[in-house]
Amino acid sequence: MEQRALITVVGIDRIGIISRVTGTLAENRVNIEDIRQTIVGEFFTMMLVADLKQSLCSLQELQNRLDEVGSEIGVKITVQSEELFRSMHRI
Amino acid sequence: MSYTVQEVLETIRMVETEHLDIRTVTMGIHLDDCRADTLSATKARIRDKILRYADRLVPTVKNIEREIGIPVVNKRISVTPIAHAIPGLDEEGYIEIAVQLDSIASELGVDFLGGFSALVHKGMTPSARMLIAAIPSALSVTTRVCSSVSVASTKAGINMDAVYLMGRTIKQAAEQTADRSGLGAAKLVVFCNPVEDNPFMAGAFHGFGEPDAVINVGVSGPGVVLSALKNLGEDVDFGTIAETIKRTAFKITRVGELVGRKAASELGVAFGIIDLSLAPTNAMGDSVAQILEAMGLERCGTHGTTAALALLNDAVKKGGAMATSYPGGLSGAFIPVSEDNGMIAAVEAGALSLSKLEAMTCVCSVGLDMIAVPGDTTAETLAGLIADEMAIGMINKKTTAVRVIPVPGAKPGEMAEFGGLLGRAPVMEMVPFSSSGFAKRGGRIPAPIQSLTN
Repeated sequence: MEQRALITVVGIDRIGIISRVTGTLAENRVNIEDIRQTIVGEFFTMMLVADLKQSLCSLQELQNRLDEVGSEIGVKITVQSEELFRSMHRI
Repeated sequence: MSYTVQEVLETIRMVETEHLDIRTVTMGIHLDDCRADTLSATKARIRDKILRYADRLVPTVKNIEREIGIPVVNKRISVTPIAHAIPGLDEEGYIEIAVQLDSIASELGVDFLGGFSALVHKGMTPSARMLIAAIPSALSVTTRVCSSVSVASTKAGINMDAVYLMGRTIKQAAEQTADRSGLGAAKLVVFCNPVEDNPFMAGAFHGFGEPDAVINVGVSGPGVVLSALKNLGEDVDFGTIAETIKRTAFKITRVGELVGRKAASELGVAFGIIDLSLAPTNAMGDSVAQILEAMGLERCGTHGTTAALALLNDAVKKGGAMATSYPGGLSGAFIPVSEDNGMIAAVEAGALSLSKLEAMTCVCSVGLDMIAVPGDTTAETLAGLIADEMAIGMINKKTTAVRVIPVPGAKPGEMAEFGGLLGRAPVMEMVPFSSSGFAKRGGRIPAPIQSLTN
């Protein structure tokens, strides 16, 4: 599957957020191309550029799995096709 | 390609807190090859044709929504103006066609289907007369069908017989849906210079110059523009305001372009246009009126409002035109009353009158839209109101429209509820002097000198 996605994770900081999110991606053979993390206000904010070329699941299935992880650890995880950001922010 | 955290967060904020959405993905479909010898055969052909193109419309658009993470509020269909695509029926026949279109729309899960329409700006065919006669009943027995009638154009002038007829038709449409605050009239638009690729209801129809099927997209995003203006503070000049609106319009239009192209390619039909629009909703902050107020007006409707709207409308077009190669439709800021909390508040505060709304329509799309008036407003008064708005469109070579609801039994100041995206509107006061002699005169107001462009 030729597709890249932007995954954003926002929520209250706690131990293990990065490990749970990246672990789920690895389980589904999603490669991480770029990862940035910062604290905005009091919120943990992480952004990943993920390559779904070898992924075992579709973007929507990935979103469903990450939704489960997100609700377990109390963060909001959004998966969006990279096309959106490319068309909005790059001419 | 890498993105900054700020860029990514900006996009997410636009969707999550500023109500950025794609207002509508509308598939236009020609029905002019569906006329058969009998009514039942015609109805079967209509069903086959619409299903052939649109059976995957709703699921496909829902997939795109999930993939890019931007909601598409409405999925719609527009068809060739029925009076011309399916000629020669009687009033009952046209009502049956409307019922058939409604059931197809419901089967496919589309929100609205537009095109129960007739173009009569220069004169009326018997079919058009029958279709217009069928409109009040058709709109009362269906839920998703929308209707429009073109009664004027810059090239043809104003068909005043049709204007008066539409005054009476609007009254009947409201009266036949009296139990629903006159909802029928909220699904009926009277046009001057209608466009053939408009994705917005109730005025959408699939024009004669269009491909067999096409995807048109209407973007939205008043909330995003409002938020950008609020961040600017109160001391920046109008040049900076215009620049900010342009930049914002560019970004929201790019999202529309992406959705439109994806939908068209996945459905295997042509991509038509992006309507560069700011269309408000009743969500908090998703208001065109509040954008005008953010420029320094205490209330929308006060002196300066028309100028502020002119700036907004122009900046949206400039930013959007850079973002897509195929802008079209009505493209501009919409100022419906019932769908915009800021407009509703302005009417209730006494800041915004019908005559100011009329003046504002000179500088934006699309016209007097979703305005509730007292139930005892006469057909002749409505005809006068329509004629004024048609004259503005005709002289200024722009599209104008009237969607006005004489709410049965309602008095000025009362609130009419239409539900859903159509919202709620305070009943506005009309001028208490008669237009009867004017409305009944009939004939055609000649095309203006602006029509001689060849």
